[in-house]
Amino acid sequence: MSPSRVDQIFVWLLRGLAALAGSVLVLIVMFLIIESIPALQHVGFARFFTDSSWHPAAKAAEGFYNLVPMLAGTLFAMAGSVLLATPLGILSALFCHYYAPPIIARQYRRVIELLAGIPSVVYGFWGLVVLVPLLRHIEPSGLSLLAGIIILTIMILPTVALMADAAMANVPQHYLQGAAALGLSRWAILRGVVFPASKAGLFTGVILATGRAIGETMAILMVCGNIVQTPKNLFEPIRTLTANIALEMAYALGDHRTALFFSGVLLMAMIIALVGLAEHLVKGKIYG
Amino acid sequence: MAEISTRAEPRAKPQSADGLATFAVWSAVFIVMAIFVWIIGDLIWHGIGNLSWSFLVESSKNAGRAGGIGPIIISTLLILGVCLGVALPLGVGTAMLLAEFTSAENFFSRLVRRSLDVLAGVPSIVFGLFGNAFFCIYLGMGFSILSGGLTLACMVLPILIRSTEEGFRSTPEAYRLGAAALGMTRIKTFLHLLLPAATPGLVVGLVLGIGRALAETAALIFTSGYVDRLPTSVFDSGRSLSVHIYDLSMNVSGGEPNAYATALVLVGLLLIINWTASWITERWLHRRLTTS
Amino acid sequence: MLGFAACSKSPQTDKLVITGSSTIAPLMAEIGKRFEQTHPGVRVDVQTGGSSRGIADARQGVADIGMASRALKEDENDLYAFAIAQDGICIILHQENPIANLSDEQVVAIYTGKINNWKDAGGNDAPITVVNKAEGRSTLELFLHYFKLKNTDIKADVIIGDNQQGIKTVAGNPDAIGYVSIGSAEYDATHGVPIKLLPIGGVAASIENVKNGAFPLSRPLNLVTKTAPEGLAKQLIEFAQSESVHDIIREQYFVPIAR
Repeated sequence: MSPSRVDQIFVWLLRGLAALAGSVLVLIVMFLIIESIPALQHVGFARFFTDSSWHPAAKAAEGFYNLVPMLAGTLFAMAGSVLLATPLGILSALFCHYYAPPIIARQYRRVIELLAGIPSVVYGFWGLVVLVPLLRHIEPSGLSLLAGIIILTIMILPTVALMADAAMANVPQHYLQGAAALGLSRWAILRGVVFPASKAGLFTGVILATGRAIGETMAILMVCGNIVQTPKNLFEPIRTLTANIALEMAYALGDHRTALFFSGVLLMAMIIALVGLAEHLVKGKIYG
Repeated sequence: MAEISTRAEPRAKPQSADGLATFAVWSAVFIVMAIFVWIIGDLIWHGIGNLSWSFLVESSKNAGRAGGIGPIIISTLLILGVCLGVALPLGVGTAMLLAEFTSAENFFSRLVRRSLDVLAGVPSIVFGLFGNAFFCIYLGMGFSILSGGLTLACMVLPILIRSTEEGFRSTPEAYRLGAAALGMTRIKTFLHLLLPAATPGLVVGLVLGIGRALAETAALIFTSGYVDRLPTSVFDSGRSLSVHIYDLSMNVSGGEPNAYATALVLVGLLLIINWTASWITERWLHRRLTTS
Repeated sequence: MLGFAACSKSPQTDKLVITGSSTIAPLMAEIGKRFEQTHPGVRVDVQTGGSSRGIADARQGVADIGMASRALKEDENDLYAFAIAQDGICIILHQENPIANLSDEQVVAIYTGKINNWKDAGGNDAPITVVNKAEGRSTLELFLHYFKLKNTDIKADVIIGDNQQGIKTVAGNPDAIGYVSIGSAEYDATHGVPIKLLPIGGVAASIENVKNGAFPLSRPLNLVTKTAPEGLAKQLIEFAQSESVHDIIREQYFVPIAR
């Protein structure tokens, strides 16, 4: 076979693999939508936003289905944790490349990799028996939005740190040497050369970390208190949409169950909106 | 002629910004290390007493309060094997397509990339419900290691693909141009030049993916299941280490000592796997490439 | 696809799939292991997913037997239920809480938010942290039924899912009150966890009192099938209801049913 023929087959093989990978998302979204159709039929779209509370099993008025407080809970937990994890992660990556001797950097990287592999149930358990009693001294009961944010930050910072680390590893040596030759200070080099050169990787890391923050279930379930309300301050308990599904799916029947699937659809819509927003903000600037 | 301003612009002295940056970096590292020591220290303190050779090889007794986790370790490794066996080719192939054969800003590549970002945000419980409905029921695999591994592969794909793609994108253009000038086919360019050069990205994706796979609980409860018997094939149901930890700490009273010990085993396993993965990738791939 | 389905029930090993309540799952897994010892070639696979899941799976035939930690409801009368053990629900406080007894009216007042501070119930001056269970759980429904409450009346500070989460929440907070399965609570209290069980209606909360029927809040642990069980499923259910597994049931801190 001629080289170009081999290449053609190769490209079609790759396209097949990519299509397979892409179809996973389509399948999942279809699955959620199909399972939640009965909820839309019986309960109606508007009620998910206007009912007085979330009590789907209540006998009166066939249940209450307001999802808004939980949407707020999810958003706050995500925003708080991403705001904390991004600087911690990027600074960690800077440490590994520009501030630490290589041996220490390697060990520190191992530490971060380990943090990435600890099960969410272990984080949740630690949060429940160690963190929450500490927070209780500041404000009872300790099970709160803040506890959730702290735990989530710890869980997602490895993603930011490791992706940033890989991105910084790819900054060409001669950029750094040129900047040093110009007499720039370390921070000036970082700010002026390293960050712009690695911004694609940094951005990817933050997006993946945000996704992880939205999707976390177990740990949030254990430390956030699971009260359905829009929090007024960091110390109030919240329930996220994911914790709600985990908490109630096992015991939900009929309309309750399909309503939970609908909350999953809503979650997907929120993620798509966030990713779309991010895409819009960086269009052309990351790879251009 | 336009007037060139020669007025020196006042700006903060470089030393103070530099000093502030150094302080910030070291503070961040201190915080992360403190958290790490706290959590792992807690695990070691409570779990080291229950670790023993018999714990690692025996089966569990009395709902996990006694006995060991031998079969569970085997199940976990099988699930991980299925997950990576599917996700690696799929992931690296897709990453290659996105990085090499489509330009960064064309519509298709942006669509796939954003879809992967969305997939990264799907909650683990939704993956569990989906995996159960699709792999276990629709495809008829039932509660099995295969279902669990395939579901995990779906979860791990976004990280693997995006990270590897970043790795490919940052390989120097000179490599491709040189290869084209030599008349190499794209396959050969890929295998001998680009893949080795993209190793850092690949390794990060792999490590994050393995970490996520081992740490996953909710998705596995509904797909690979709860059975703690030694599996005879990938079609058997098998409990993973994380599901065992969940059961012992949140479902069985008095299971905490063994939960801590199991968590320590999982951390140890993670260390071994990560170290092996980096070692293999860097030795095998980097060796094919002479770095300047 | 069909090949996969055929693979899951090979002729040499018979397999029983049991899904449902996570409360019963550890118990059933141990019973299953003992059953396997006396029936070589048989595999008993126990999966979790919740009582509703167990009932739905039994109905659809996805599972051979379902596990439900409650009595069947009216719309589930088409199914067959076999109780293998009993469990109770009790109210727990932190060990350091000076209160030793709460009347039913006080419990209702605490849970509906009318009493907010322990001093109004005869205890310390501290705000009460009310722990409630998530909707749909059988423990919650039993609690509501006994105290004649609706879930919309309850003003909780924390909502939990599993019993262990409830126990750990109360154990970490001297001002908390919650309700969990008696089995788990008694096990933990006797193994050093700082909680104590409150009597209800004057009857002390203990496995013993659930057994002799004196304790008012109890629930059956049921195995559920769609049709009258036959073959291997029938053998397993009979085994689970027999005296030979009473020690396993006691080991898991449930109450065997005397027959």
